[in-house]
Parts: sequence; C-alpha cells; structure tokens
Amino acid sequence: MNVNVLAFGIVKDIFGKSSISLDIDGTTTADLKDSLERQYPRLKQLSSYMVAVNNEYAQDQCVLTEHDEIAIIPPVSGG
Amino acid sequence: MSTQITISNKPLNIESCIDWVMSPQSGGIDVFIGTVRDSTKGKSVIRLEFEAYEPMALKEMEKITAQAFEKWPVQKLLIHHRIGILEVGEVPVIIAVSCAHRDAAFEACRYVIDTLKQTVPIWKKEIFEDGEVWVAAHP
Repeated sequence: MNVNVLAFGIVKDIFGKSSISLDIDGTTTADLKDSLERQYPRLKQLSSYMVAVNNEYAQDQCVLTEHDEIAIIPPVSGG
Repeated sequence: MSTQITISNKPLNIESCIDWVMSPQSGGIDVFIGTVRDSTKGKSVIRLEFEAYEPMALKEMEKITAQAFEKWPVQKLLIHHRIGILEVGEVPVIIAVSCAHRDAAFEACRYVIDTLKQTVPIWKKEIFEDGEVWVAAHP
C-alpha cells in the first residue's frame, strides 16, 4: 500500500525532503521499516529510530492505513 | 490551568515563567533552564538549530506533566521549549514547577527534564566551523 511518511532531523537529510510517498510491502510498522531501509540504507546507520503513527510511538506490529500520519523519529535531542 | 506547555521560535522569558508558576499554596519553586554551551567534546559550537514535530512534541510533554502530577503533589508546572536557531548562551528550554514543599519540586522538575530528553520529538543540530551534526543521531 502507499503511505506518506514525514521526516525530521537527520531523516530529512536522508530522505532529501520533509516527506516522502512510498509503496510498502505489507501493512505493519515493521514492513514500513523494511521498505524504508531498502530504499534508504542510511537509516540503518542511525543509533536507532522510531515510527510514530498519528502522533504516538508505534510498535513493530502496529497495522498502518493510508490515512495515518506516519513519521520517522530519529534519536531525540530536545532540552 | 495548572500546566503551561508551549513551543515557540521566540526568545524565552525566565522571569515570566517563574511568575506564572508561583502560587499562594506553593512553598517552593524549582526551575530548570537549559542553555547553549560554547563547545562539545572540545570543539567550538557556533550555534544550535532546534526542530520539533510539534503536535507530537506537545502531546508527549502533556504526558510527562500528567505523570509528574500523579507522582508528586505539584501545584503548577510549565514547560517552554524554543525552536529555531539559538546562539551560545541562549535558552532553549525552561521547566518550572511549584509545590507546597521543596522535595517534590526538586524531584518533579528533574523528572520532567530527564523524561523530555528521552521521549519528546525535538532535535538539535550542532553547527561547528567545519560542519554540522545532529546530536545523538549516530552511535
């Protein structure tokens, strides 16, 4: 399915823009991560990253829909 | 309202944060002020650039304040976070807490900043003379 993914921090540098549209194999957050890492291998070099769905951190088994607001959250460094 | 959480790209005002958090029932106020340091690992920092995923950052900060109210007898709690470009010596974050007694004020304030640094989707980039680095992005 096709999803829009927002990018922040270093992920914006990795994607080259602040949001991307991509087709993923599968429907879960884990599937999204696999698809993203195949297209943007630099993601694997990060210390870690999380996926947020509708402003909440999402686990790997979270099922996504095309209407969800999905964001990649690289290691946070606020404060 | 007993909480005030804002994200803004304008300079923060320490005194007005303290004024807001004061209450007649409070015997102690604890304030954490984050400041931009002039160096990191021996390298001179020119400035920092902060970015936020604002709706989620506000939501996560609300969760933190709710937890603080549950764990300690807090009267008022404020989090102001600034984003955009900050020069050395400027203030990116103010946390202010008021409680009847000081133990809770110290502990709650510490809890809020420590947790903010772990969970709130805000990022800072350090700008050096010879490059820029997103803090904590790589091992």
